Amino acid sequence: MTPESAIDPGRLAEALRGIVEPRFVIADSETAKPYECDGLAIIRQPPMLVVLPGSVGEVQAVARLCHRHGVPLVARGAGTGLSAGATPHPHGVVMSLARLDRIQEIDSAARTARVQPGVTNLAISQAAKPLGLYYAPDPSSQIACTIGGNVAENSGGVHCLKYGLTVHNLMAVELVTVEGTLLRLGGRGLDCAGYDMMALLTGSEGLLGIVVEVTVKLLPLPEIAQVVVAGYASLRQAGDAVQQMIAEGIIPAGLEMMDGLAIRAAEDFAHAGYPTEAAALLLCEVDGSVEEVADQLARVEAVMRRNDPLSLRVSSCEAERLLLWKGRKSAFPAVGRISPDYYCMDGTIPRRQLSNVLERIAVLSAEYGLAVANVFHAGDGNLHPLILFDAGKPGEVEKVEAFGGRILELCVEVGGCITGEHGVGLEKIRQMPIQFGDDEIIQFHAIKAAFDPGGTLNPGKGVPLLKQCQEYRALRGGRF
Amino acid sequence: MAETLSHLIEQVRAAAAAGRPLAIRGGGSKTGILGRPVAGMPLEVAGHGGIVAYDPTELVLTARAGTPLAEIEAALAEHGQALSFEPPHFGPGATLGGTLACNLSGPARPWGGSMRDMVLGVRLINGKGEHLRFGGQVMKNVAGYDVSRLQAGALGTLGVITEISLKVLPAPRHSVTLVTALDQAAAIRRMNELAGRPAPLSGAAWLDGRLFLRFSGSFSPSSISGRWDGDVMADAPVFWADLREQRLAFFAGGQPLWRLSLASTAPPLPDDGPTLIEWGGAQRWLRDGDLAALTEAAAKAGGHATLFRGGDRTGEVRSPPPPPLADLHRRLKAAFDPAGIFNPGGLYGWM
Repeated sequence: MTPESAIDPGRLAEALRGIVEPRFVIADSETAKPYECDGLAIIRQPPMLVVLPGSVGEVQAVARLCHRHGVPLVARGAGTGLSAGATPHPHGVVMSLARLDRIQEIDSAARTARVQPGVTNLAISQAAKPLGLYYAPDPSSQIACTIGGNVAENSGGVHCLKYGLTVHNLMAVELVTVEGTLLRLGGRGLDCAGYDMMALLTGSEGLLGIVVEVTVKLLPLPEIAQVVVAGYASLRQAGDAVQQMIAEGIIPAGLEMMDGLAIRAAEDFAHAGYPTEAAALLLCEVDGSVEEVADQLARVEAVMRRNDPLSLRVSSCEAERLLLWKGRKSAFPAVGRISPDYYCMDGTIPRRQLSNVLERIAVLSAEYGLAVANVFHAGDGNLHPLILFDAGKPGEVEKVEAFGGRILELCVEVGGCITGEHGVGLEKIRQMPIQFGDDEIIQFHAIKAAFDPGGTLNPGKGVPLLKQCQEYRALRGGRF
Repeated sequence: MAETLSHLIEQVRAAAAAGRPLAIRGGGSKTGILGRPVAGMPLEVAGHGGIVAYDPTELVLTARAGTPLAEIEAALAEHGQALSFEPPHFGPGATLGGTLACNLSGPARPWGGSMRDMVLGVRLINGKGEHLRFGGQVMKNVAGYDVSRLQAGALGTLGVITEISLKVLPAPRHSVTLVTALDQAAAIRRMNELAGRPAPLSGAAWLDGRLFLRFSGSFSPSSISGRWDGDVMADAPVFWADLREQRLAFFAGGQPLWRLSLASTAPPLPDDGPTLIEWGGAQRWLRDGDLAALTEAAAKAGGHATLFRGGDRTGEVRSPPPPPLADLHRRLKAAFDPAGIFNPGGLYGWM
């Protein structure tokens, strides 16, 4: 596995130009600038080289070249990730899969779509819509994010409780290994003969291979979907309504909560008619047949009313449903308007811990002197505190990172995890040793080595080195 | 329980040190099916049982691997909840750990998900005798590789599963089954056509010229029979349970039972032997055939074949992966079990 020979960037660029059209090899720092970071812009690194292959054969050839010379290879989709998972390696190649953007086939009878990795999440549902079908996982970035990146991150969205994550909605994945070999995982059936490598690959953040084709499951569009929005004077009331709904056997298609700061920012931005005086907003969507939706809606409304809402509104038409969602879906950019910068956290907690966790985040917020707006996927326990800060102020980036780290520690402490859907990347590598012990970390490295013995695929992301784990634990001192 | 666990760990460590194979055993309900026979010292996990945590409002249950499925289902039923993937038991001893190792799911699988889909976290003893924890007790968790789901269908070849957390769901409020006389090809078309429409399907099977469609949800049963074709089946719960547990006449007798997992739309196989179709077309059972021919037939339909029960189990019993993927299987196995002590040859003879 030792590289055949070291290679300087100039010769590597030349070799890449022999594989892909020369204009798709980017060697100058100006053109490479957009590749310095993903959606988490506080972490940046100029790439050595960027390459945009136009076919699976070219992906394989680039992988072989990098493997031969031991050059780090970082695969990248649309760069909408929020954990610095696509940050370049200073001595490596960034491979953008953006040009592989064809929908290869939609099989309406089998309800599957076979697409290249650079196809956006939303484009799949748009293409399937005339057939009465759609692709269920819908991350907030679905207009821009690509399916290859969704597989790498095991992306979620706002409908996970009922429809699952990316891993639940895949049929097959074609993968190029670090050696440039093409593997087909999964198939057209509902399981595979040997190990479920597709499950292992999903969410592996580009550390195990490069996704070059994805076959996703499509679902029939529901006959009808309706949304109920209720405002509450306290987060506890909204939280109680959520627990009661689940206890009554209701599985909403979407169940979202926002706190006062997030409500007001979203309302200013989207004019969705949210109750700006409320401390908590609960948004619940039910879907299915007309009869089922009517039944569930009545039960949802009854539970919401039982908890004394300040206001309650049921969507009466599709336009109103979309407007009520628009506020929630634009919560991140809306918060972006009220603060120079914001830092989005991604822990998951058991739902029953919500009030406790939010109260402790408020205490930390005062301690660090940084405001927080909370957006919560209440159905599945995924919490997105958005910490407001100003990167222009000296020391504030370090402060916000420290605050964020404390929130993730808190999530683990109450029985949750450090990342629900954004991934570990470079960003949360320091928190991995909170969730895992050394033995688990060693097992992760062994899995990595089974796929990538030389460790050149997206090095430094996802799983910390043992040495780092010890340092991080020492840095945290006695807190854990 | 701590004593049972430390005893399991000790046995694994001793076996690893001696390079001595272990045959992991739960309740014994799946002995002789799915995998190949394993020569090894029995490692008994059934004693490591009990529900560790269950909060109905979290929709998450955590239980030790040796917990009987029956105990879990009874605990869930008290709160109107259920395992949405309807796992077959194949005997009173069926455990949660064995169900995960076999990735067994019942008739609701295309709509209710699989065991693999519902698992959220596991604890397992790896081949070095380390007791590890992966995933968690929450529904969304992308920290670290998904080792939990990798255990589904691995037949215990990657470690000794000791504890499992899984997502549970409300049991459906109503179910109705409609039966229609249809030939096989037409039934396959019909199942796929219905699955592409917003119908609350929860089961679709075909046997002996009859299509069985189950609808589940929060509707009034009469609305289903009024809207979709077919006669309402009176003893439907018995039929679906017998199908799940392989107690129907189709499954009787000593001939080998083959399972094909393939595209739901695959046309009837050219072989005209007895066939039972489940999972809306995606799972098909045959009583005749051989691995090479069925592997080829399944591959054409994007799937694979398994000798599920009976037959000659000393040879390979499932479709082989292509060579580069087989290499990856070996390397992954070695990453978990460097001494090769867990159920050697259980999944494939060469591993």
